Amino acid sequence: MKNKSSYWAKTLQNGLIGGGISLLLSVVGLVLAFGKTYIISGVLTMAQVFVLAPFLFEATQSIRQLPSKEPIKTLLVGGLTGLLGGAVLALFILINNFINIRSVLINVSPDLVNLLTFHLPLVAGLLALLGISLVVGLVAAGVFMLPDRIRGALSQAVMVVVLVGLFRDLIVTVILHWGWVQYAFLWIFAQSGLTIISALLLFALVGGLGYWSAGRNRKAIAANRTPRQQKVVRWGTLGVLGLIALLLPAILGSYFSEILDNVGIYILMGLGLNIVVGFAGLLDLGYVAFYAIGAYTLGMLTTSEAVGLLHLSFWVALPVALVVAVAAGVILGLPILRLRGDYLAIVTLGFGEIIRIVVLSDWLKPLLGGSEGIQRIGKPAIGGLVLANQQQLYYLILVCILIAGFIAIRLKDSHLGRSWMALREDEDVAEAMGINKVTTKLLAFAMGALFSGLGGVLFATKVGSIYPQSFSFIVSINILSLIIVGGMGSIPGVFVGGLALVGLPLLLSQFADFRYLIYGAVLVIMMLRKPEGLAPEARRRLELHEDDAGPGLQEELQTVTKNPGR
Amino acid sequence: MLRTWRQRITITDIFIWLIGLAIAALVIWGTIATLQQGKYPGSVWLDLTIKGLALGGVYALIAMGYTMVYGILKMINFAHSEVFMSGPFTAVFVAIGLSKSGFLNKQPVISLALILLVSAGVSTLIAILLERICYRPLRNAPRLVPLITAIGASFFLQYVFRGFYGSGTYGYPDIKALDHSWTVGGIQIYATQVVVIIGAIVMMLILFGIVQWTKIGKAMRAVSEDKEASELMGINVDRIIVFTFGLGGASAGAAGILYTLLYPVVTFYMGFFPGIKAFTAAVLGGIGNVPGAFLGSLILGLLESVGPNLFLTGLGIPSPSQLKDAIAFIVLVLILIFRPTGILGERISKDKA
Repeated sequence: MKNKSSYWAKTLQNGLIGGGISLLLSVVGLVLAFGKTYIISGVLTMAQVFVLAPFLFEATQSIRQLPSKEPIKTLLVGGLTGLLGGAVLALFILINNFINIRSVLINVSPDLVNLLTFHLPLVAGLLALLGISLVVGLVAAGVFMLPDRIRGALSQAVMVVVLVGLFRDLIVTVILHWGWVQYAFLWIFAQSGLTIISALLLFALVGGLGYWSAGRNRKAIAANRTPRQQKVVRWGTLGVLGLIALLLPAILGSYFSEILDNVGIYILMGLGLNIVVGFAGLLDLGYVAFYAIGAYTLGMLTTSEAVGLLHLSFWVALPVALVVAVAAGVILGLPILRLRGDYLAIVTLGFGEIIRIVVLSDWLKPLLGGSEGIQRIGKPAIGGLVLANQQQLYYLILVCILIAGFIAIRLKDSHLGRSWMALREDEDVAEAMGINKVTTKLLAFAMGALFSGLGGVLFATKVGSIYPQSFSFIVSINILSLIIVGGMGSIPGVFVGGLALVGLPLLLSQFADFRYLIYGAVLVIMMLRKPEGLAPEARRRLELHEDDAGPGLQEELQTVTKNPGR
Repeated sequence: MLRTWRQRITITDIFIWLIGLAIAALVIWGTIATLQQGKYPGSVWLDLTIKGLALGGVYALIAMGYTMVYGILKMINFAHSEVFMSGPFTAVFVAIGLSKSGFLNKQPVISLALILLVSAGVSTLIAILLERICYRPLRNAPRLVPLITAIGASFFLQYVFRGFYGSGTYGYPDIKALDHSWTVGGIQIYATQVVVIIGAIVMMLILFGIVQWTKIGKAMRAVSEDKEASELMGINVDRIIVFTFGLGGASAGAAGILYTLLYPVVTFYMGFFPGIKAFTAAVLGGIGNVPGAFLGSLILGLLESVGPNLFLTGLGIPSPSQLKDAIAFIVLVLILIFRPTGILGERISKDKA
């Protein structure tokens, strides 16, 4: 069907795109930031992964669209794509040699050039770059010709090695807490990244496991279990997860507990926004407003400073803060619920910004502290025990998440949850079926505001002092990204998204500068490639892939509709 | 249909109208109180008016991008604020270079034209790339999907440019030829303000001319009226959409240079507020409507510059100009609640549902 010239043109295009992506990653500084982060000590840095991965990806893309998979042609197309990508980078370095690009693009430093030319002199370095790009393309082609099962195992193994190498520092920090057990694991790691031998071992181990598990038909095994066994498996998994969740602060120590607390607060708010955006389909970009309202109400009521109103205790102030947040949700919700989706998004965005600007202004400074914020916010106390440190607060946050998660799960399949989803799918039809649009949407908004307010309360008491800067638009985007990555409407997705998007940047300090760059890219890529998210809700997945819904998916949907409690 | 008006009014309506009345009362009360105080002489108000008009002109050029794209694709191009930022943030290097070589002050007109061209060019390129990569694959997706993509693209672009040029600020060099001011009847008018207002009007006229009188403008209007029918008439819809994005981008880039004449500092996050205000202006005038965008922008510019002092001083709010951004957002919220079709826009009310 396709004529001959089209796939060569496509190859050319893919090669240039691959080069363009590598170039972009280099120019924005991502590559340089990982220049010293070894995956495999002395062999491979994360920077090189960033430069070469786009070539690999684009080469695979080129090969995918080949009409026939003759080995020579496959190798040729793969190699050419890689080579073209390398050529783009090489051209850039060559231009940089004559014009000082750094005076405009600040990240194009000699360090970056050295990194891209493998610390060789210019000409040799450029040739090396081209050669390695060619090899990467050829490798992509070679891998592509292997059977599916081996290919899957290989890519899994590569992924695990890269991740373990990347998180070397973290893993080592955690392992060092473990007493004598540490010596069983420490030898795996070099000063930076993995040692060559352990990388090979890990690769073989994961590859082997992957190959073995790919041969098993998991669905068949799961289907063969009796309902009783299924129950045991489900509760067993939950029990293990619960135990891990309980023990985490003790395993990880106080530094990681603080990160966990942050992740937890975001997950809590994600659960709330998931109700608003995922269940009810109302895109709320001003979610941070309720977070701010919760935090500031708690701050005003419990601070021991002069600006405080009543100097209440945490437990008395908590319900007040929640009521205020919910009331704000209802007051904002009432007028805007008749708006169409995209206008609703912009109005909520405006509302969030209004709150921030007003809090920041001199007008309410006597009450809210203006840009100086509110300090010395009260900590919760149970009996005589003040929950002051991060590990203790973790349990409070965990309890809140459990309650929120329980509410969200129960709501999802309740009458209300189904009304939300009906409104999300088609407002007019839902109204015709007798769903009260205003009340239903308002309840979604109020639930969202409740969880967000609770998040704000926990945040305020965790950090002890709050400033208007902590409540900018970017927080809303943060939470939105995490539920989109996880999958809109999917409750496990909130946890996946929270761990991936909030946890990872906090754990890897090199990512800190690129956090929002990655969020933006993630939002776009998810919407383009996988709008249902990483841990999707079955119904949503079917909806977004109506055309390619095979019999498997249909079957799955049927089971979902049959057992709504899943 | 059969219900009387009394039955049709819900609690929501009453609530909305109460809010509206309360805000109107506050505005009127504040205005009267401010004028009674007589804290500011008349010349201050005229100063602020001119400032507001200049700002409104800039918003109008940015708003064109929102309104034209909305007219054709019925989507809010949330990343347009970054299209606006990309131009002046890039062209600042040209301006600094020209200033260092002395060319800027020798040939201010040519230099300014060159800077404008670079800025408009970069913004156009970004807008077209945005359309090609982010929006084209999503043309038939559910409504929220392209909006979320646009938000993502907005952040991505912000931080890509931060990666390009750094997180610091750059200042546009002063142009000596524009360092004038005239005093007319007690008020000071700066040459930059005059250039901005005239520049904005000229560019608006050019844009209006392109949309109204050229063949491609006619095609744009046809596509925004009915995509399928215009495709049947032999219009290349893809090409028209790319052209629309490009035109919106060019006007945003040009607006960026005018904006820097008023506020000469550029950073990677400079797009957010002007972008959202221009969007407000586009909605205020009636989104999808070119003259409406112009009208809405002038009103918003005036509200933003005169409003804080006029409405809020009388209410006893200290340093009211801190709240000028909040005023813009309140206008946005109110207009979307009370009259989402805007002042001039009636046409698109039918696809509101």
